[in-house]
Amino acid sequence: MSSFLPMGPKILVLTPEIIVFGGSVVTSIIGLSRSKTLRKSVPLLAAITLLASLAALAMGYSHEAAEQAGVLMPHFNKIIKAIILVVGIGLVAISVGHIDRRMEEAVARGATTFDPMRVVRGEFYSFMLLSICGAMLIPGSPDLIWLFLALELTSLPTYIMVAMSRGTRRAQEAAVKYFFLGAMSTAIFLYGFALIYGSTGSLQLSTIRDVFTDQSARGGIDTLGITGLILCILGFCYKLAAAPMHFYAPDVYEGAANPVTGFLSFIPKIAGFSALAVLLSTVGWSGHAGFSETGALISGLPAPILATLWMICALTMTLGNIGALLQKSVKRMLAYSSISHTGYMVLAIIAGPGLGFEALLFYLISYGVTNLAIFGALSGLQKRGEDVESFEELSGIGRRYPGLAAWLAIGSGSLMGMPPLLGFWAKLMLFMAGVQAGHTPLVIIAAINSAVSVWYYLRLIGVPSLSPPGTSSEGVTKGPSSWPRFAGAVAAVTVIVLPLFASRILGNSAEFAPTNAKPTSATTPTAPVSTPKQTTGNSPQETPRQIDTQIALHSSPTRL
Amino acid sequence: MIQYLLLLLPIISALVIVLSSQRAAKWIALIGSTASLIVAAVFAVQFPHWTTGGFWPDLNTSPILGNFGVDLKIGVDSVSLLLVLLTVFLTPLAIAGSFSAITTRMREYYAWFMILEASMLLAFMSRDIIFFYVGYEFTLIPMFFLISIWGGPMRGPAAIKFFIFTFLGSVFTLTSVIFVAVRHFDSTGTWTFAIADLVKFSSTQLSAREQFWVFVGLMSGFAIKTPFFPTHAWLPLAHDQAPTGGSVILAGVLLKLGTYGVFRFALPMAPIGAVECSTFFAILGIIAILYMSLVCWVQTDIKKLIAYSSVSHMGFVVLGLFALNPIGLQGAVMYMVNHGLSTGALFLCIGMMYERYHTKDMEQLGGLVSKMPVWSFFMIIFTLSSVGLPGLNGFVGEFLCLMGAFVAEHDQPAGYPGVLGPWYAVVAAIGLILGAMYLLIMLGKIVWGSLREPHGQEHAQDHAQDHGQAHAQHAEIQLPTDLNFREIAILAPIALACLAIGLYPKPLLNAVEPCVKDALVNYPAVIDQYNAKRGLVNPGAPVKQAEAKP
Repeated sequence: MSSFLPMGPKILVLTPEIIVFGGSVVTSIIGLSRSKTLRKSVPLLAAITLLASLAALAMGYSHEAAEQAGVLMPHFNKIIKAIILVVGIGLVAISVGHIDRRMEEAVARGATTFDPMRVVRGEFYSFMLLSICGAMLIPGSPDLIWLFLALELTSLPTYIMVAMSRGTRRAQEAAVKYFFLGAMSTAIFLYGFALIYGSTGSLQLSTIRDVFTDQSARGGIDTLGITGLILCILGFCYKLAAAPMHFYAPDVYEGAANPVTGFLSFIPKIAGFSALAVLLSTVGWSGHAGFSETGALISGLPAPILATLWMICALTMTLGNIGALLQKSVKRMLAYSSISHTGYMVLAIIAGPGLGFEALLFYLISYGVTNLAIFGALSGLQKRGEDVESFEELSGIGRRYPGLAAWLAIGSGSLMGMPPLLGFWAKLMLFMAGVQAGHTPLVIIAAINSAVSVWYYLRLIGVPSLSPPGTSSEGVTKGPSSWPRFAGAVAAVTVIVLPLFASRILGNSAEFAPTNAKPTSATTPTAPVSTPKQTTGNSPQETPRQIDTQIALHSSPTRL
Repeated sequence: MIQYLLLLLPIISALVIVLSSQRAAKWIALIGSTASLIVAAVFAVQFPHWTTGGFWPDLNTSPILGNFGVDLKIGVDSVSLLLVLLTVFLTPLAIAGSFSAITTRMREYYAWFMILEASMLLAFMSRDIIFFYVGYEFTLIPMFFLISIWGGPMRGPAAIKFFIFTFLGSVFTLTSVIFVAVRHFDSTGTWTFAIADLVKFSSTQLSAREQFWVFVGLMSGFAIKTPFFPTHAWLPLAHDQAPTGGSVILAGVLLKLGTYGVFRFALPMAPIGAVECSTFFAILGIIAILYMSLVCWVQTDIKKLIAYSSVSHMGFVVLGLFALNPIGLQGAVMYMVNHGLSTGALFLCIGMMYERYHTKDMEQLGGLVSKMPVWSFFMIIFTLSSVGLPGLNGFVGEFLCLMGAFVAEHDQPAGYPGVLGPWYAVVAAIGLILGAMYLLIMLGKIVWGSLREPHGQEHAQDHAQDHGQAHAQHAEIQLPTDLNFREIAILAPIALACLAIGLYPKPLLNAVEPCVKDALVNYPAVIDQYNAKRGLVNPGAPVKQAEAKP
């Protein structure tokens, strides 16, 4: 129960984050430079930082060191970081040319001189890197304090990014809304952390897990702990944009500039899902639900948590899709679509380690890349220096910019799950995980929802490519920088090509199990196949299968 | 490797078309699709299992989602091969039929057409259920663009309706497939989506309740695609609004994806579910036959009439499939091929007429035989084939479907017991009379009688512009009063095929028979059990059960 952690492996494990943090300091200073070339190089610097961090991750990460450093799920940790970094580079690319656009244009015209007090470019990229750094810290959290700080490090910069991205009153309003509701959600999960501490007497996640295991062996996790966990889940829902904490999303997404909206729909979401996975790994998906009357271990999440997640999942995807049907603004539509995708991904969290986590990561990759294609195309357009927002403004732009219309169409196709695009395979794996965990009803709800979503995704395909140009789409031109369009193109090609390499991306699902999970044989992949007798406990659904079966069956040891 | 060549040829042609000029596009498409036809013909000649059943080529390939058993496994049996041949036969004809009709954005049109061909071929040739689904679902995208760019005045709603209906159904199909795959994994420990493995597992290991739901899930996709009676709402609009080439492929091949799905997946995977639902679906089939015939009777738009008649004709296929005996299934497969030929050809004929008169309204047209004798000749042949005149192809399938339903009784001495019976066939046969009535009335109105033409060519051209078909280039391509050589060359091969199949269907029936028996391998026993539960004992049951085992 020692709170001393070995510093050596910890530093080693944290090298990627340290690099990103260093980069954020440098960008904030360089952004103030009087030299135009240096100022312009800020996004490049940010991208290089992320690349360096990715290289450090690829070369320096070792599972053993991570385990020593108290990381609960080493493989999950590594892949989440890699996804954040790769998508992060894309997010930097789609934001090029957006920040300080007016100021730079004025300086170029000679209308004004450069004034360091009035530019925000350096800060913007600095905050972007800080937020990415925070998101990267989450999956490796060894204790609750760390988890809390990492979540705040992810969120706080995004509030400011929303406000500084556009300089309009709508952006200010969105930022304030985002901040206050975010603070409320923080309060909720902080209270949850306190209750968990009260129940277990520790902040260390591994200790918490052991205490929960003992509690469930003695008749179930106590009410204090369960309440704490449920409050945490509700607090995290805000980061995920999941019901019932999703109401802010359309307003904030609409208020922020297009690249920032792209950022908001991905980084906080992946942060929230890793936090959820880390926290729920303390109660585990195997053997923590208690004992049946015959004394057999009931696998799966504890019933109250399962019920909460079940409702969140069903509500989120349904409300998201219904909301998206009614929107006139592309960004509000994408906000609701992002909500509904959160709903699908909660299904993977319910399914748990093994196939569920593999599906979650694959879905996050697919969602991140697809989002880049769509937001890359949107950020690559402008109308008199302003963002393109409504469907009318996109009407018929395919005649002038066929490439951008194609990125939008490919992105929408992937989001709706049209084979053979990336989104289809992600959804396929997600449904497989859901059915395997015994949640066929949820899978059916998800299937109906993805059919409903076709309606609004078809509009995003049809309006740019098929509708005739209208009066409001006449003034729409290409944006100042070609980087967003380039990022969109790369993402769109990835959406088409990546499925061919899908099996090589993720390694195999056995590696997603938490380490040292005590009550099962999860750490010994050679364990004999013992099909657990499925028992119906206090949970209303069929209980998920135990992970040791899954582990024993996925035996080819390929790694990323 | 020839099977991959067949799949890749249309994709390569599509890429070449995208890179070529607007003028060259149609020729590249024609050459590409003809090349596919030749490759498919070679493939068909090499195919060794025409009369023995079984899949060819039987190769293992590199996995796509390796850990999850998704393999790009290509192979055909004789039923798939027939449908592949139908696809590659109709595609060049539909492309040639679009030469004068499509005058805007030609590159895109022909590129989408080739992609459509590729995805249909993938669906028919895949032996992995996920890749079947990829092909099956991806046909929506090219068809969506074909309808919504080159379609009639209501093209937007038509395309969206078509897309959403089909997508809604197919997500349930996918869920069912996933369910079976997961259950297979749970009991054997390996992931696979190979059709043969899943069929074998599902038909023998799943409980009756699971089979029922799997069947319902699979059917909800295929029923919308086919379409079965209450889910046909998307079809008349989509057919009516699609450009001629699109209608030909939609009616000729895409509808068959639904019935092919029933034949290949739904029936073999869940015999218990199929037997329990068979009366329900047979009745839906009969309603489709009769009700849609009556709907056809009151149509004034020729294209809509043919579209509704497709639903009615698909009713016969449904009846044949749910007779659950070899006769009915053979009839259904024959009907699929024949309907593809005759309805595809009818849409081509109507398209050619439309290019000349710019109306599809039967009230405005009449006595065209005096103006267009060659066109009238083909129109009469294809209409009679559609009616089911003995000697033409339509008759074979129709007769076998009805006969299959007729003999599907519980104490059938001929080998396969069934749950339908003579009454189903008798009621459905009324559809033959109604079918003859509405089709012959249509012929009587537009081909025979006194000459009626829409007044005023200017009016007609304005009309054409309204219809989204640019008339500027209409002046450029002058069509003669009657069919030109190109149009005759399009229709003549189909007419010959109709005649050949009608006069000598035996080789086709022989080819289909072993596949049909494979699909029905579990049925006699399941049907006997089901009938016994209803109190209908089959005197010869045990013997037949023994027959069914090997």
